[in-house]
Amino acid sequence: MVSPTTAAAIKRVLEATETDGLLAIEGIRKEFPGVVALDDVRLRVRPGTVHALMGENGAGKSTLMKIIAGIYQPDAGEIRLRGVPVTLKSPLDALEQGIAMIHQELALMNWMTVAENIWIRREPRNRLGLIDHAKMVEMTESLFSRLNIVLDPRAQVSDLTVAQKQMVEIARAVSYESNILIMDEPTSALTDREVEHLFAIIRDLRARGIGIVYITHKMNELFEIADEFTVFRDGKYVGTHASKDVTRDDIIRMMVGREITDMFPKIDCPIGDVILEVKNLTLPGVFHDISFSIRRGEILGLAGLVGSKRSNVAEALFGVRPAASGEILIDGRPVTIDSPGAAMAHGLAFLTEDRKETGCFLALDCLENIQSALITRSHVKAGFIDQATVTKLAEDMAAKLRIKTPNLHEIVENLSGGNQQKLLIARWLLTRPRILILDEPTRGIDVGAKAEIHRLITGLAAEGVAVLMISSELPEVLGMSDRIMVMHEGHVSGFLDRSEASQVRIMDLAAR
Amino acid sequence: MNATTQPAIAVSRARRRLPAELNILLVLVGISLTFEILGWILQGQSFLANPQRLSIMILQVSVIGIIAIGVTQVIISGGIDLSSGSIVGATAMIAMSLAQVGTFDRAVYPGLTDLPVVVPVAVGLLVGLVCGAINGLFIAYTRIPPFIATLGMMVAARGFAKWYTKGQPISFPTDSFAALGKGLAPVFIFLVVAAILHVVLRYTRYGKFTYAIGANPQAARVSGINVERHTVKIYAVAGVLSGLAGIVVAARGLTAQAGMGTMYELDAIAMAVIGGVSLSGGRGSVIGTMIGMVIFGVIISGFTFLRLDAYYQEMLKGAIIVAAVVADVYRQRKRVKKS
Repeated sequence: MVSPTTAAAIKRVLEATETDGLLAIEGIRKEFPGVVALDDVRLRVRPGTVHALMGENGAGKSTLMKIIAGIYQPDAGEIRLRGVPVTLKSPLDALEQGIAMIHQELALMNWMTVAENIWIRREPRNRLGLIDHAKMVEMTESLFSRLNIVLDPRAQVSDLTVAQKQMVEIARAVSYESNILIMDEPTSALTDREVEHLFAIIRDLRARGIGIVYITHKMNELFEIADEFTVFRDGKYVGTHASKDVTRDDIIRMMVGREITDMFPKIDCPIGDVILEVKNLTLPGVFHDISFSIRRGEILGLAGLVGSKRSNVAEALFGVRPAASGEILIDGRPVTIDSPGAAMAHGLAFLTEDRKETGCFLALDCLENIQSALITRSHVKAGFIDQATVTKLAEDMAAKLRIKTPNLHEIVENLSGGNQQKLLIARWLLTRPRILILDEPTRGIDVGAKAEIHRLITGLAAEGVAVLMISSELPEVLGMSDRIMVMHEGHVSGFLDRSEASQVRIMDLAAR
Repeated sequence: MNATTQPAIAVSRARRRLPAELNILLVLVGISLTFEILGWILQGQSFLANPQRLSIMILQVSVIGIIAIGVTQVIISGGIDLSSGSIVGATAMIAMSLAQVGTFDRAVYPGLTDLPVVVPVAVGLLVGLVCGAINGLFIAYTRIPPFIATLGMMVAARGFAKWYTKGQPISFPTDSFAALGKGLAPVFIFLVVAAILHVVLRYTRYGKFTYAIGANPQAARVSGINVERHTVKIYAVAGVLSGLAGIVVAARGLTAQAGMGTMYELDAIAMAVIGGVSLSGGRGSVIGTMIGMVIFGVIISGFTFLRLDAYYQEMLKGAIIVAAVVADVYRQRKRVKKS
C-alpha cells in the first residue's frame, strides 16, 4: 500500500521526467583563461534514447561532457536530473548520481588487471574486509559475457590493444549501472566489426531505459544509432532534432553556419613552380598514401576533423616522426627527412600545433626563444654564439612582426597567446624557410592578432614561400588558401580549388 | 541477458604474464651464487653456509627495510620520499628522550623517566605520522613535486633532531625500550610490517588506490577516487614507518643521536628500486622490495666477505642503483614499443 504522499511524490517525479527528461541542462557557461568554451548551452536527454552531440572541433562538446561527469565545474547554469537540480563537484559525485562516462582519452590504469580497472573503488570484499579477487574476476566474467566481450579479466591492461582497452572502458562504464551514459567518440579506436558490437551494446542499454549521450562527428554513426541529436557551434547551442527528420546536409549546415567576417582576405599573388612534392607518404596505422604538391607562393590549406591525422603528416614532413614509406621531393629531387635538423637543412620550418607544449620555451626570454632555431644552423663560431648579430636579427624581426613586449628580455610566459605565436613565427622566419608548415597558426588567440598573423602569412606567400596551413577553422582555411586538401582518418579525401570551396563542401569531405 | 546476437567480437584473450618478482629473485640467486663461487676461489670458504654472517646481514638491512616498505607504497603511487632518514633521526631523539631510566641523573625530562614503553613508542610513531602527513598535505594540495616537499622535510626534520638536545646524544633507555632493538627483534618487527603492508597493498582499497594513482592519476580521479586525500594517507603511512625505524634504531643502539638515519632514505629507495618498484609509478610490490632488500644486504656483506675496500663498496653500490633504474626504464621502453 503506497501512502498518498508517496504517491504524490512519485507522480511529481514522473511528471518532471515527462517534461524534463532524464537529464536537462540549461544555460551552462564555462570559461577558460582567454576563451569562452561554452556559452548558454542546453541539452535534454530522454530516457531510453541515444542523443548524439555534434559539432566541429572546438565546438564545446567534450567540455560539456566533462561538466556532466563532474570533472569541470560550470561558471553558470543548471543541471537537472529527473527534474531535480544537482551540483556535480567531482567525478565521484557524478558517478553517485548515476552518470558514467567513457572518456575520449583512455582513462585506464596500466599495470593493473582488467578486473581491477573495472571495479576500482567498488571491489568486492570478503568477511575480513579484504578484496576478494576471485569474486572480482567472476563479476568481470559475467559482465563480459553479458556484453559478449571475450577478454581475460586477469590480463594486464598494459598488454591490451587500443581496441581491447576501449572495450574495457565501455564495460566499466556499463558496470556502473548508471542511468546516463556519456560516450565521447567511443569508436575512434575501433574497427567496423567492433563498432557493430558497440552499437549492439548501446541498443540493449537503450532498451533498458538508459539515456545515452553520444559524441561523434561521424555522420553515418549518427543516422545508425542516434534517436535525437543536438548541434553545438563555437560553444553555443544551435539546435536539437530527431535524426530521422533531417538529412546529412542539414546537419552539416547547422555545424558550419559560421559567418565569415573579420577575416583577412587573401591577396592573390603569383604562384611559381612546384617546390615540395609528396608521393604516397605512409605511416602504417596513422596515415596512408598521402600525395600532394605545393608551389612557390602558394598556400595549401589542410582541413580535417580530429583523428584525420593532419598533424601527423606535418610531423612526418618535418622529420619529427618520419613516415615509413613514400617519397618527399624538394625542387624535384628526392630527399630524406629523418629529423627536424634535416628538414631545416632543406628549408622547411614547422610551427607546431600547441605553442605551450611544443613551441615556446616558456621560462626563457623572448630573445632566447626567437634565436633558438637560427643558432642550431648558423651564427655560431668556435662554439660561441655571434650574439651581437643574432640579437640585431631578432630585434628587427620582432619589430617587423610587431611583437608587443617591453623588451626582448621579457619572459615568454608573460606574453599574450597572440604575441607568443608571433614570436614562434619570428623564430622560423629567421631561418629563412622556403616551405613553411603552420599547424593551427591562430588557435586560441584574439581576433586582432589573428588578422595580423593572416596578413603575415599572405605576405610570406607573396615573397615566394610555400605554405602548408593546417586549420580547424573553416573560415580561416577558406579565407587564406589557394587550394584546400581535406583529410579523413589518415587518408586524403579530396582537393578543392579556392573557387569551388565552401564550408559545406569541406565538411562533406571531412565527415564521411 | 544477451547484448547481441552476433558472434563474439574480435577481442582476443590476452596472455597472462609471470610475476615480475620472479626475475628479481633470479637476480638474487645469481648474485648469491657468484659470491659463493668467488668465496671458494678467493677465500677458500663458503659465503652462504655461515649462519652468523647471514643473521648480521639480515639485521643490517631490516631497519632500513622497514623504511623501504613505506617508501615502496610512496613510489608505487608515483611519488618519492627523501625525508625518511631525517624522520628516523627526529623520532629516535624524541622517543629516546621519553624512554630514559630514572637512575640516570641528567635525563632530558627528569620528571618523565621510567615511563611504560608504550609512551615513547606512541609518541615516536605520532611524530613520524605528523611529518609524513605534512609531506602529503603539501604534495596533494599545493601540487609541489614530492621531491621538493620531502627534500624540505628532510632538511627540517634533521634540523629539529639537532636542535632537540643542541646536538647532545640521548642515552640510558629502560630495559623494555631497549628490548625493541635487542637480538633479532628488529627482524621480527620488519617481518610484521612487511606482512601487514603486503596484505594492505594487495587486498585492500587502500592498496588498489595507491596503484591506481601511480598508474594514471587522471584515470584514478575519474574513477571517483579522492586522489588528494589518498596521497596524504600514503605519505602519512610512510612517515609512521620511518618513525618506527627511528624507534628501533635508537633501541638497538641504546642511544639516540641527531645524525641517526642519515642516507637511509637513499638506501631505502635503492632497495625498492632494485626490487622492481618502478620510479614512474604503478608497479612494484612488498615482496619485490623484500627481495631487493636482501639483494642489497647480500651485496654489502658479500663485498665485506671478499675484503673489498669500503670506498669501492660505496662506488659499486651507486652503480648498482643506477643499473636497477636503467633496467626499469629499458623494460618500460620495450613495453611501449610492443604496443
